[in-house]
Formats: sequence, C-alpha cells, structure tokens
Amino acid sequence: MAIFLQSLLSGILVGGVYALIGIGLTIIFGVMRVINFAHGDLLMLGMYVTWGLFALFNIDPYLSLLITAPVLFLWGVLLQKVFINRVLNALPQNQILLTIGMGLVMSNAIMLAFTSDYRILTTSYTSSAFQVFGLSVSQPLLYSFLITVAITGALFWFLQNTDTGQAIRATAQDRDAAQLMGINVKRMSVLAFGLGTAMAGIAGALLAPTYYIFPQVGGPFTLKAFVVVVLGGMGSIVGATLGGILIGVTESLSAVYVASGLKELVVYVLFLLILLFRPAGLLGKSRT
Amino acid sequence: MLEIKQLTYAYGDLQVLWGVDLTVNQGEIVTVVGANGAGKSTILRNISRLLKPTGGSIRFEGNDLARLQPHQVVEQRLVQVPEARRIFPELTVVENLRMGSYLPANRPDRARNMERAFTLFPRLAERRKQLGGTMSGGEQQMLAIARGLMANPKLLLLDEPSLGLSPLFVKNIFEIIKEINAQGTTILLVEQNVYQSLKISSRAYVLETGRVVMTGTGAELLGNDHVRKAFLGM
Repeated sequence: MAIFLQSLLSGILVGGVYALIGIGLTIIFGVMRVINFAHGDLLMLGMYVTWGLFALFNIDPYLSLLITAPVLFLWGVLLQKVFINRVLNALPQNQILLTIGMGLVMSNAIMLAFTSDYRILTTSYTSSAFQVFGLSVSQPLLYSFLITVAITGALFWFLQNTDTGQAIRATAQDRDAAQLMGINVKRMSVLAFGLGTAMAGIAGALLAPTYYIFPQVGGPFTLKAFVVVVLGGMGSIVGATLGGILIGVTESLSAVYVASGLKELVVYVLFLLILLFRPAGLLGKSRT
Repeated sequence: MLEIKQLTYAYGDLQVLWGVDLTVNQGEIVTVVGANGAGKSTILRNISRLLKPTGGSIRFEGNDLARLQPHQVVEQRLVQVPEARRIFPELTVVENLRMGSYLPANRPDRARNMERAFTLFPRLAERRKQLGGTMSGGEQQMLAIARGLMANPKLLLLDEPSLGLSPLFVKNIFEIIKEINAQGTTILLVEQNVYQSLKISSRAYVLETGRVVMTGTGAELLGNDHVRKAFLGM
C-alpha cells in the first residue's frame, strides 16, 4: 500500500508538469489550429536558459522563472510573427513541416553552441525529500508541482475573467465571428503562441533540476505533449490538465508494477485504448 | 451613410457579384431580398471585410473601407450579425455579450447596453449563465442580435435573422428589428423571408444572380408583379 501511494504521489507530481506542457500545446492549437511540433524544443530552450542563468549567475532555477518565462514568451511572439503567421491559411502538412523545421533549427543551434554534452543542474535540494506520513516527497518535484498549480490557476483565471482571455477563447471557438466583434485575431494568435511558448519554457525550467539537459531532449516531450493533448481532447485546457496527470500516474505506477523499461509502452497502450472508445479524447467534442 | 458602387466579387473563378450599387441612408431599414445563392450574404461579408472585393468601392460615412481589417470595421460602429448566428458556443450568454463590447471604446457602456439587451430580450436575462451552444435556435438568434447591439452600432447588418426559426418567433424578430431601428440604429437587412422583411423596410433591393434587378420602397415592391410571382408565390 505504501508503495502504491508513493508511486501515485510521484506520478501526480510529474503529471503536473506534463499538464503544463500539454496546456501550452493545446492553447496554440485551439486558437490557430496549428499543431506545434517544435513544442519540445521550446521546452529544451527553457531548460538551457535556466541552466545558463544558474551556471553563469548562480540564480536558483525556480527564481529564474521570472526571467525564463518572459524571454520564452517574446521568443514565441517572434516565431509567430516571422514564421507561423505566414502559414496560418496553408495546408496542414506545410504547417507541420514548418514547425518540425523550426524545432530542428533550434535543437541544432543549441548543439552548435553548447555541444551535445549532458548538463546537470544541481541545487542544494536536488536530492532532498520531505517525509510526510511515511511517504517521501521529492523537494524539487514538489516545488515544480506547486508552481505548476499556481501558473495553471493564473492562466485559467486570465482566460475566464479578463476581456483579453475571453477574446482568446472566442477566437478559438469562431474566428470569423470574433473578427465581427472587433477582435484583432492576428494579435490573439501572437498572444496564444507567446503564452504557449512561455508554458513550454516554464515546464523546461521546472524539469531542469531533475532532468538531464541536452539539445535533443525536446523530441520525446513533443510526443508526450501530443499524447496529453489528444488524450484530453484537442483544444481543451481542462482536458490537457487531466491528460497530463493521467499520463504521469500511469508512467509511475507501471514503472513499479510492470517494469520501468515498459512504462512508455503502458502509456501508449492506454492512449490507444482510450482513443478506441472516445475518439475525440476524454473531454473533446467530436466534430459535427 | 453607406454607399456601395459597382461592387464585384468572385470566389476563385466563380463570379458572384456583378457590379452592385446600393445605398443606405441614416435612419432607414434597407432590405436586400433574393433567392438562395443570389449573393446577399456575400455583399455583407464584403462590407465587413471578411471578404475582399474584387472591384468597386464601399464607403461608410464618406470613408473608404478598402484599407481596413475586419476588426477595424467594427471600430467604425458598422457591425454585422452574421448568418447562422455564429454565437460562441462555449461562452455563457453574459460572456457572449461581453465580447460584443470587446472594443475599449464600447466598454464604458457595457453595463447599460447589457441592461438594454435584457430588456429587449427578457429570455436572455433568464439564461445569463447558460452556454451559448446549449440554447435553442431562436434564443441564439436573440443572443446574436443582442451581442451585435453591444458594439453601439450606427449601422447594423443583419444576415438572415429569421432563418430556421418557428413562425411565431419570426414575427417576433421582425418586430424587434423595427424596435431597434426606432431607437436610432440604421439597419441593412438581408432576407429570404420577403413578405415580412418588405413590410418593415423603408427601401429594398431585389438581387438576382449577383445583380440588382429592381429597387423601390418596401410597399412598392410588395405590390410589384414580378416580386409577387418570384418570391411570394402569388
């Protein structure tokens, strides 16, 4: 029982970060109908910014979020304005090629600059843990989770209660009708890509203290983000949150009860099973 | 107020409008009637700049609209209530109305306009928290019109507001259009319900395959043999 609770807990903690990655992808998809295959590479950039700030200035990775998030937001705005905007009305395969290409350029540029060596960011608390009711809670994972909850909550509040947030949702639901309300949908797209990129960057920063940092780290995260989003229902933020937690818990439980080498397998089998019975995802609506 | 000259539009190779001239004067209800596919909605989508005209000019209060983006047209207080209502299905009634007054210039009037909307459509007041997509067609049409009014329009474009509504509701909608006009909003209406719309119109245009074939006051057209034969089945 203790083992079960222990792995359930770490699954939830890790799942929170997966949710954050998925939310970024789903916001971008919702507003622009573009699947961002560079998402994991943006996360990788977030990791490197965090690592750089730590290695050069000894800034704590959680504190450096205050720099990483805005930097990645602006990077996303730039990518949207210069590249993505031009393919908004293009064929989906062209959009996919563009985002995959952007991802390749980013990961190779980082490899050129920093080589493909694994970097490790070790803080005083990297391997410390709290003991609660006989369960051990990893400190960095707990901090990451709490920050994830705070950021997700703030994003939710923003989308629900502000004019700009509601305009983002309106644009996602009906682009033409949004324009007829006087909403500048191009600006909403820029904002959405900036927010999505910042989310990916924040996730990268949160993973930095517990993960190897290297230029190709993004690929598996792009795939994971995609699974999280499809599982929850494309475009649904609540869905992405649920999907992220579900994947985290599944990975963690199957590492204990099946075999740690097979956890990915279990995740994808679960993914296929859910899609078999709910093709639009857990909270997705089938297209009419 | 609105002056359209020699407007042409083509969807790719398919020419839909062939030199349409149309004017709307302040205070009027002007209707464009015509069969399905005559190009009525295309005219409105060109005015709102969701489509870019292939020729001709559109002026609103003397200003050429040719350089504006769709969202900038709304800033001129030229507002469209689109065909098929197009309310935001996953926003509540109140959130839909808030989006109608998204522009900073209209936000100070938000509370007052919302009260006005709820007076005009008491049904909406009962459903403030309901998601737009879960309402009936008639309620959605009310919401779409109310949402348009939130933008303080000088000229309101209405695209087939009676489409798909029950007969009782249709009568209701036309009375509300008259009421909105009486309160000072000029209206350009596009309709297939020729009888009801001509009855409330100051002037009307008959559109056939992308050309204006006839124009006159509502009463004149209602008495016209061609209109009676083609649209009213008499």
